[in-house]
Amino acid sequence: MTLPSATLLAQSALSGLFVGALYGLIGLGLGLSWGLLRTINLAHFAFTFAAAYLCYQLVASTGIDPLLTLLAIAPLFFALGVGLHWLVQRFDVSPLNSLLLTFGVTAIIEAAIQAIWSADFRRLESHYAQAKFKLGALFVPVPELITLVVALTLSFGLWALLKHTDLGKALRAAAQDAPIAAAFGVDQRALSLLLAGTCAALAAVAGVCLSLSFTLAPSQIYAWVGVVFAAVMMGGLGSALGPLAAGIVIGVSEALTMAVTAPSWAPIVSFTLLIALLLLRPVRT
Amino acid sequence: MKRSVIVALLAGFALLAGVPWLRLPAFYESILYLVLHWVLLATSWNILSGYSGYFSFGHGAFFGAGIYTTAVLAGKFDWPFLATLPVSAAVATALGVALGAVVFRARSVRGELFALLTLAVTFVLATIVLNTPIDGGPGIYLSAVPVPHLAPTQPGTFYLLALVGATGALLIAYVVQQSRLGVGLFAIHDDEDAAEVMGVPTFRYKLAALAISCALAGLAGGVHALFISYVTTGEVFSINVPLTVILMSVLGGTRHWAGPAVGATVITALLYAFTKGDLALAGKATTGAVLIASILFMPQGILPRLLSRRPALAPGTAPAVVPSADAAAPSPASPSPTAAHGTTLLRASAVGKSFFGVQALAGVDIEIRRGEILGLIGPNGSGKSTFINVVSGHFPATTGQIQFEGREIARLAAHRIAHAGIARTYQIPRPFAHLSVRDNVAAAAMFGGAALSSPKARQEADHWLAFAGLADKADALPVALNLHQRKFLELARALASRPRLVLLDEVLCGLNPSEIDDAVALIRRIRDAGTTVVFVEHVMRAVMALSDRLVVLNHGQLLAVGPAADVMQRPDVVAAYLGTAHAAEGH
Repeated sequence: MTLPSATLLAQSALSGLFVGALYGLIGLGLGLSWGLLRTINLAHFAFTFAAAYLCYQLVASTGIDPLLTLLAIAPLFFALGVGLHWLVQRFDVSPLNSLLLTFGVTAIIEAAIQAIWSADFRRLESHYAQAKFKLGALFVPVPELITLVVALTLSFGLWALLKHTDLGKALRAAAQDAPIAAAFGVDQRALSLLLAGTCAALAAVAGVCLSLSFTLAPSQIYAWVGVVFAAVMMGGLGSALGPLAAGIVIGVSEALTMAVTAPSWAPIVSFTLLIALLLLRPVRT
Repeated sequence: MKRSVIVALLAGFALLAGVPWLRLPAFYESILYLVLHWVLLATSWNILSGYSGYFSFGHGAFFGAGIYTTAVLAGKFDWPFLATLPVSAAVATALGVALGAVVFRARSVRGELFALLTLAVTFVLATIVLNTPIDGGPGIYLSAVPVPHLAPTQPGTFYLLALVGATGALLIAYVVQQSRLGVGLFAIHDDEDAAEVMGVPTFRYKLAALAISCALAGLAGGVHALFISYVTTGEVFSINVPLTVILMSVLGGTRHWAGPAVGATVITALLYAFTKGDLALAGKATTGAVLIASILFMPQGILPRLLSRRPALAPGTAPAVVPSADAAAPSPASPSPTAAHGTTLLRASAVGKSFFGVQALAGVDIEIRRGEILGLIGPNGSGKSTFINVVSGHFPATTGQIQFEGREIARLAAHRIAHAGIARTYQIPRPFAHLSVRDNVAAAAMFGGAALSSPKARQEADHWLAFAGLADKADALPVALNLHQRKFLELARALASRPRLVLLDEVLCGLNPSEIDDAVALIRRIRDAGTTVVFVEHVMRAVMALSDRLVVLNHGQLLAVGPAADVMQRPDVVAAYLGTAHAAEGH
């Protein structure tokens, strides 16, 4: 095994950074929902793909800028997220059952996507698609750069919101102990609906970013589950910055593994890292 | 254990074993195979995950280990197919036991973290299989492997193999649920730490359940390898396997041995009711909708809903309840309680415990004498509860020795300490939420020092429930009890193991004065029956009324020991409790 050149390694690390940003972006809403709402929302991945397909369709039929489609898509998914969480609240679904409930939602969305757009691969055509520029010796693709910037902005924005605003404090309080938070005047039901909607809207943003640089197929919904879950768990449930940081660690380690060995070895680093982290975490008794 | 269930299962097997000779179209035999295949897989998953609450997302790894063992042995080394099946089960079991031996030792890997870890193991295994000669990338073809002629047709043979596996899995699931292992796993499901302290060997039980689960999954994989006849890592180790078995089990009901089988049958039938043409999509969507509806309207699963009552731990009606608390004379805990009265029962020497550098106990020496009631008092944070936690094994001691009846117990696992004859209550009651009040107490009788069989344990439970005045609540779930009753349930649970030493952690806290009087009388009766009592308490009226001797702790150190009246006169004790100014005034 010969070590590849520094440029190739750097280029690999860069592409790992970009794909890691997408892991983090998809994981952002998933982790907030899991940590703060105690809902393990598998449908988050279906939302992401449904949004990606909608973006693809809007661009294909009207020719508008993909990022502008968010104006229509984000509110739509906000409403979907609110609706789904209303069900979860109404029927008092436990965290594990929420996983199954949202698996059912995923199956329905997957079937709908396949019925509308077929099982074939679809690729968004836009002026971004091939755009890239050179930074020193490295190529920087524009769609991936957009994803990174969006992921950074949203993660830091939400982090600041949760940490410093009254709204954020109320959300965190309600997540820790809903009845006590309610006793202190936090309208927990409304807040959690707001958060669930936001998480779904985040899935939509992630979906639009996904459509910028990846081909779409209904079966791909499940391809992201493992690695994004890993990013969310590594980053910490309910954390806004964690998934992005962990996503980037996973993405870069995968890309570097691919560069020095074969692409098919990629998962081993991130998942071994995850297992080690889980086993060696300090125990709080 | 009902013989009728086992007979019914075997009769069902005999009946269904004739199906291949009906000469159904191959299509139907394949569907029936798939139903049984998923019954086997879902049931195997449930034995660990449903019973103990350790939700595994790694079932694909164990299933995949079975698939690849058969694929490699039969496809690459030309082993006869049937000979590969035991090896498949063995390889999957070895993988599971190796994983469990590491993971189950980590106290932090529970709940969703366990789910994630097992999922990660699946992906690591898939990567290794893909990149080594086990698979190497192109997948393994098994089309040249001869299918044994167990039935007139090939699908019939697979059907028969799956039928054997599914029947075996159901039998095992039933026997496990009815056995000590099952009761222990259900206790682990609700509160693992409390289960361990009560005497459940949690590590061993989890490992045993995982091993059974893996062996069955490996067997299912071995059969399935030849059924699909072409295996690839992408298909085998996908997230679909764990998601599907979880789905089926939860749909059917994870707390019942037959729940996963019901769920597997419903889902497989649904999926294949729509196999023709464009209906496949409708089938997928319908499955999703059914799942949503069942989670919303039957969160406990189909089977418990149909049976409309919780499955009991063991069959049989409750024995006659002893009339009242006062009439119930507790049976002696040890043969001759008075014989050794006053001798040392437990000696703690220089016992210390620190948490991340904070010293909760700084080397205390405490002697507990047979037959006494020892009050353990001190200001908040003085180390009283820590002492109880260390003696009961809830936390291991950092330093020092503890000798109970001459035997060193400071380094023993908590369940061994329970077996040795020490029981405890928790300050905040920790009943097993999904077990009835009677089963809560019966579990203690089964796993504690008494180590009774299941029917005897239930009689014992009724005895102690009557003693604690909870006889009329025996069939209720703990959630239906108020705080007072839950504290008494804790007591009944501790006593049901017939301990020689019982540690009571603030049983009186939160009770009103008349309830306290009841409790004081109850504690006296416990001692009169021969059990030595150590109790941590803040209610001074009760402390003075009950204690033969007092031990006062302050800042993790021993401040005073002696008869209650003497100790409470000492200025340093008064100072510790009320501050130095008051201590000075008193003199």
